[in-house]
Amino acid sequence: MKLITAIVKPFKADEVKEALKEAGVQGMTVTEVQGFGRQGGHTEVYRGAEYTVDFVPKIRIEVVADVTDAERIADVIVSAARTGKIGDGKVWITDVDRVLRIRTGERDNDAV
Amino acid sequence: MDTGNTAWVLISTALVLFMTPGLAFFYGGMVRAKHMLGMLMQNFFAMGLLSVIWVLVAFSLAFGDAGNGGVIGNLDHIGFTDVGGEVLGGDGFFGFLTIPFVLFAAYQMTFAIITPALITGATADRLKFGAYAVFIAVWLVAVYAPVAHWVFGGGWLAEMGALDFAGGAVVHINAGAAALAVVLVLGRRKGWPDEAMPPHSLPWTLIGTGILWFGWAGFNAGSALGADGIAAQAILNTFVAAAAAMLGWLLAERLKDGHATTLGGASGAVAGLVAITPCAGFVGSMPAILIGFAAGVVCFLALGLKRMFRFDDSLDVIAVHLVGGLVGSLLLGLFADAKVNPAVPDISNEGLLTGGGIDLLFDQAVASFATLAYSFVASFIIAKVIDATMGLRITSDEEDRGMDLSLHAENAYAYGDFG
Repeated sequence: MKLITAIVKPFKADEVKEALKEAGVQGMTVTEVQGFGRQGGHTEVYRGAEYTVDFVPKIRIEVVADVTDAERIADVIVSAARTGKIGDGKVWITDVDRVLRIRTGERDNDAV
Repeated sequence: MDTGNTAWVLISTALVLFMTPGLAFFYGGMVRAKHMLGMLMQNFFAMGLLSVIWVLVAFSLAFGDAGNGGVIGNLDHIGFTDVGGEVLGGDGFFGFLTIPFVLFAAYQMTFAIITPALITGATADRLKFGAYAVFIAVWLVAVYAPVAHWVFGGGWLAEMGALDFAGGAVVHINAGAAALAVVLVLGRRKGWPDEAMPPHSLPWTLIGTGILWFGWAGFNAGSALGADGIAAQAILNTFVAAAAAMLGWLLAERLKDGHATTLGGASGAVAGLVAITPCAGFVGSMPAILIGFAAGVVCFLALGLKRMFRFDDSLDVIAVHLVGGLVGSLLLGLFADAKVNPAVPDISNEGLLTGGGIDLLFDQAVASFATLAYSFVASFIIAKVIDATMGLRITSDEEDRGMDLSLHAENAYAYGDFG
């Protein structure tokens, strides 16, 4: 099994979710996160005092999938999340040793 | 008794009291989330502590032996002795009042509450709660009461001919100078100015601004102590000065920093309310706009003082209240107008631009700087004594954890927890 992790722009999260549902994905986990990449942060001004905020808000999407589906799912995320501007985010795929469904005790591909 | 006047001052008393919670949220939104309750508590606590001290002793020191031309009242009214529901009448200092004397005393109490509370913006995030309580109690008696006597109680500044309709000197210069003295004793917040300390919730600040703006109608128009044409001019002046100051501040910050900000709009409005306070019932509508606009621009530029001189006035009490109070008190020397308030020629001269020559401007300068100097020196001494005995400042560890948890064992925002 594979874990597909995507960091996307917050306003793209819904489009990615719809695209993944259409592609047959059965579940995902979504988290609000902050960080920085090439896009960098931004500047805020309060009463003339400038503050640099390094961390930009993003959405992290995690999907666990069968090895054979992983590349396809990553491509679906990339095409749904792309705007072509800096800060679109990243997708990466990692190995997963074991998956268990808590309710039934099913394992691995049965539990995905 | 004039029931119309009495009704208006009753309402004004409630309006001015409501400004203190407004101030709490105006300031609260600007501090970091971990200090939110610490800020709210200091302001709400001022209503608890200072009301009682006012009745016990401070009112008598401010308004006892009124009209003596001196520096302080007396103890005739401690515990509100002879302060009751009847109109005083007669030819004494308060013979002009058409409202119950106890109502006048209650109305003035609401000023005595908010004035020390203004200081909390400068000392934000690091003042010990017990030290704060002792400071404002002593300050009310030793600083506010005498200065109120000088100006409102027929003391030496009033006798000299200085004008102050609703407290440009008594409230704003007084609190602003005290704020400067206390932050010099207290020191800077940990990390200032290198560390970012942005406001945690500007919506709170805007709600607070709205409450202050609303309540200021009672502060200024209520100071007419009657429901009459002077009160009407004062309420108009109050609102247009706030409006013009917002425009002035936003214009200045748009030109200098590139953005018109919500915090700037709110701060500008408050600066205008401060500056019009001494002038409200003494000037016409157009001067009110000019005074407000000038305050918006000047107070915005005054924000740079703390960075230039490296004192940590956390929420800019000095730029807004001390500088705004000075702008209003001095400009009154240009614009005081007998056509607006027929009493002006009886108690003083008209302004420089309204045909009265330079005398009033001179008196305004003396009143402003006398208040500034006395408040600064006395506040500095009080703060030093408290610092040497019980300590003014929370520990470094408490500052890191935030005032909410370390001083009050509470948390303003629990939604980060599970359940």
